[in-house]
Amino acid sequence: MADKPTLTFAFMDPPYETGRTATFFRMLDISARRGYHIKVFAYEGAVALPFSLQKAHANSVHGRDAAEENHPLPKDWVASLMAEAEKNGGSLNWVNCGLCVDERGVNAAIDGVSRGSPSDFWKLAAASENSLVIPTR
Amino acid sequence: MSKYLLIESRDPYESGDGDFIPSLAAQLTAKGKEVTILLVQNGVLPARTNAERGKLSQALEAGVTVLADSFSLRERGIGDSDIAPTIRPVQLDVVIDAMADGIKTIWH
Amino acid sequence: MKALQIVESAYRGTIEEQDDTIIWLSHAMKGAGADLTVALRGNAVNYAVKGQSAAGLAFGEWQQTQAPDIEHDLTSLMGKGVKIYVMEADLASRGISRDKVVDGVDLLSFDDFVDLIEESDRIWHW
Repeated sequence: MADKPTLTFAFMDPPYETGRTATFFRMLDISARRGYHIKVFAYEGAVALPFSLQKAHANSVHGRDAAEENHPLPKDWVASLMAEAEKNGGSLNWVNCGLCVDERGVNAAIDGVSRGSPSDFWKLAAASENSLVIPTR
Repeated sequence: MSKYLLIESRDPYESGDGDFIPSLAAQLTAKGKEVTILLVQNGVLPARTNAERGKLSQALEAGVTVLADSFSLRERGIGDSDIAPTIRPVQLDVVIDAMADGIKTIWH
Repeated sequence: MKALQIVESAYRGTIEEQDDTIIWLSHAMKGAGADLTVALRGNAVNYAVKGQSAAGLAFGEWQQTQAPDIEHDLTSLMGKGVKIYVMEADLASRGISRDKVVDGVDLLSFDDFVDLIEESDRIWHW
């Protein structure tokens, strides 16, 4: 069986601010279910996506408590997709731009997230079959 | 032959850069490249039959394939009967298919 | 692998980052051995304008001592061997004349831009 491809994505948006986030994670989900090797270079605001201290809340407008609301936390998406990729013989390697992490104070990331430098995007992309940049606006 | 997948996430109503992707697609097609535009997020808003599509119409006339993300369409209440016949709803898998096939993929 | 960095977004967070983060990223990638070309389009064509200054910003007692200097960053990126282009039509629509453009940055027609895309292995649009 041919090796599964390695795809690299660069993403920039912080959580909860744009429709790009859900689309990006949908792409990661498709890739993870296929057992592809996924590399994510999280740049600028996107380094907050796997921030381990995200906390769910209730929704009083809809009368739902925290459990009922089940508010999405992107850190859980990242963890779930890491597991999904591995389950299917692939991998999700999430690299946070370290300087971006420092200036935002989001150093506490979930397990499996690594800290890198801006040059890592080039290295990851160069070692992949293809890459996609999803910029912020 | 070079192939391209141009992902258009912006709509022509709010964005001042709505001509870029259709123009790029038309130009690449004129140079003999195989080009597909995938509309996602608010980029699907021009997919309605009676929508003003600006340069997207010209790209269609130039032979560019235009697809629209099914989830984005459903999210905006654009049903199958509302979509222009020249625009085809698809699953987002087309992006991963393209990337895995080495097709040059650009997000706008 | 030849990559084309298309920069469109302009003056986004440049004050607090003290850089344009994509021009800065391009510097870092070049340092890692990247084969890059940069094309400025949309509002980012203004990055190629001589005489930009964001100096002197202060919030209360806090003073910015390292204001972004995008003109310099483009010049130094060219000094590292990165070719930088600016979209001719986008300059014109913004009323920017050729003599206002940083030395060494070349004008690019849309047709040549398409050729540049075709010549690149990866096209990263920021």
